[in-house]
Amino acid sequence: MNTTTKMQDEVLTDTAEGMSYLNRLPRRIVTLYLPMAVFVFVLLFPFYWMAITAVKPNSQLTDYNNYSPFWVVGPTLDHIKYLLFETSYPGWLWNTMLVALGSTILSLGASIFAAYAIERVRFTGSRPVGLMIFLAYLVPPSILFIPLAFIVFKFGIYDSKLALIFTYPTFLIPFCTWLLMGYFRSIPFELEESALVDGATRWQILVRIILPLAVPGLISAGIFAFTLSWNEFIYALTFIQSSENKTVPVGVLTELVRGDVFEWGALMAGALFGSLPVVILYSFFVDYYVSSMTGAVKE
Amino acid sequence: MSITSSGKPPSAMASLMQNNNVLGLLFMLPAAIFLICFLTYPLGLGVWLGFTDTRIGRDGIFIGLENYEFLARDSVFWLSVFNTLLYTFVASILKFALGLWLALLLNENLPFKSFFRAIVLLPWVVPTVLSALAFWWIYDSQFSIISWSLMELGVIDGPINFLGDPTNARASVIAANVWRGIPFVAISLLAGLQTIPASLQEAASLDGATSWQRFRYVTLPMLTPIIAVVMTFSVLFTFTDFQLIYVLTKGGPVNATHLMATLSFQRGIPGGQLGEGAAIAVAMVPFLLAAIMFSFFGLQRRKWQQGGQD
Repeated sequence: MNTTTKMQDEVLTDTAEGMSYLNRLPRRIVTLYLPMAVFVFVLLFPFYWMAITAVKPNSQLTDYNNYSPFWVVGPTLDHIKYLLFETSYPGWLWNTMLVALGSTILSLGASIFAAYAIERVRFTGSRPVGLMIFLAYLVPPSILFIPLAFIVFKFGIYDSKLALIFTYPTFLIPFCTWLLMGYFRSIPFELEESALVDGATRWQILVRIILPLAVPGLISAGIFAFTLSWNEFIYALTFIQSSENKTVPVGVLTELVRGDVFEWGALMAGALFGSLPVVILYSFFVDYYVSSMTGAVKE
Repeated sequence: MSITSSGKPPSAMASLMQNNNVLGLLFMLPAAIFLICFLTYPLGLGVWLGFTDTRIGRDGIFIGLENYEFLARDSVFWLSVFNTLLYTFVASILKFALGLWLALLLNENLPFKSFFRAIVLLPWVVPTVLSALAFWWIYDSQFSIISWSLMELGVIDGPINFLGDPTNARASVIAANVWRGIPFVAISLLAGLQTIPASLQEAASLDGATSWQRFRYVTLPMLTPIIAVVMTFSVLFTFTDFQLIYVLTKGGPVNATHLMATLSFQRGIPGGQLGEGAAIAVAMVPFLLAAIMFSFFGLQRRKWQQGGQD
């Protein structure tokens, strides 16, 4: 019932039916700009709040009566100084960087070979293997961390960065392989055939022809893998005990959160600085990022 | 490197290198080693651990279904199952509705369109734990900015106890999860929207379709396959969520927000009962499969039906 009346309403107001640019401005404000503004405000407010808290002096942090909470009078760098010079934060940042880079390079290397083999070498059973890679991507870390802790312990890499560098590929390799398979598929077979006729080996074809053509795919996969490993939490929480090996998310949560008195300024500064590297990386490669995200979904 | 150096000198080796199966095996080897060591083996090991009474620092013995029998009588476990289902269901629906709306908005002729698209994805890019910390501060029981704003506006009298009350806590963690999940749904659906040919919309509007009819009978059917995949991923990530709960509530108050993943962690790692934790993780699998089947085939079938009508 409702829809029919609503439809009639729209027929009446929407006489200039057709392209959206013909819609009158007031209507566009209500149906487009206003909701958009609300979305952007809600999605970005936590970041603003993070940033403003990180530079607020402690006296203003909880004094909402004398100072407007939305703004800061006389911003301070105390929280950031405390974070950088009196905690292990720089070390965590370094660890996260090492782990993310290590696991990304490792996964990307393994994925290039795997994706090429599945997509182009066409060995017996390459189709089922490709499907298994996709299924592996669907296995969530939260059902793997207990047995993995066991295995990491048996390998003797418990509580070391190697534990993370070796376990992150479990979710990075399936993702990168799946993404690269799509890219390799788009490279014409003829290029490869003519190289084969000219006597190139498979290795030469991969290095000289396929990889240069797949550079956008490699960037997408690499950036996405880096972000995923930067953001990983449950493995890092389970496999790392000592403070000097912790990653940023784990370090901030387990060492900066102490007792009942929260150092909100330092905590938010930690959250902000931990987010910055991925945000900067993301801002440079937005399109690659979007294409890897949607690429994985579309396949 | 080793492939070329070992492949060059002898001719028998060279002909072996021409064989696709040998070559495929070699190329698959690095990925296979990782995935077998750290994915397939742990999956099997997890199932096995679920049948043992392993604790941290002590190898367990096989105890059959005892862990599962214990869990079946454990009200906290069933509460966590309920919480997980509620969390997944509500958060997924909200993410879908709001994400689709945002995707439709972004698909319009907006000024600074690519800038907006880039900005909107930010919640999904930053580490969940770190944005969850910001939410923790936003949900603070005394100094919550939401409470303060509402009090200033005269909507409420005292601060809202966001994370201390079971119902509020559930709503709060769902809101934080939706906040983080919207961008993924929106940007993926936007990619789908952009593949719908404009000529279809034009043809529909020439035939006199209203904007709602164009959405309902052109956009939505064209979008359903992508919706099915996006929502399957979304359900999967929501169902197995751990980080958000671990930061915001650690499962409290009175286990009202304990998800199966957080319960599994709590019993397994700080609690030391690896066997029981693994059993909870294994118990997630059937629910997870059901949730994926539901979202994937539930949405996929509508595509077939609509395809059949055509």
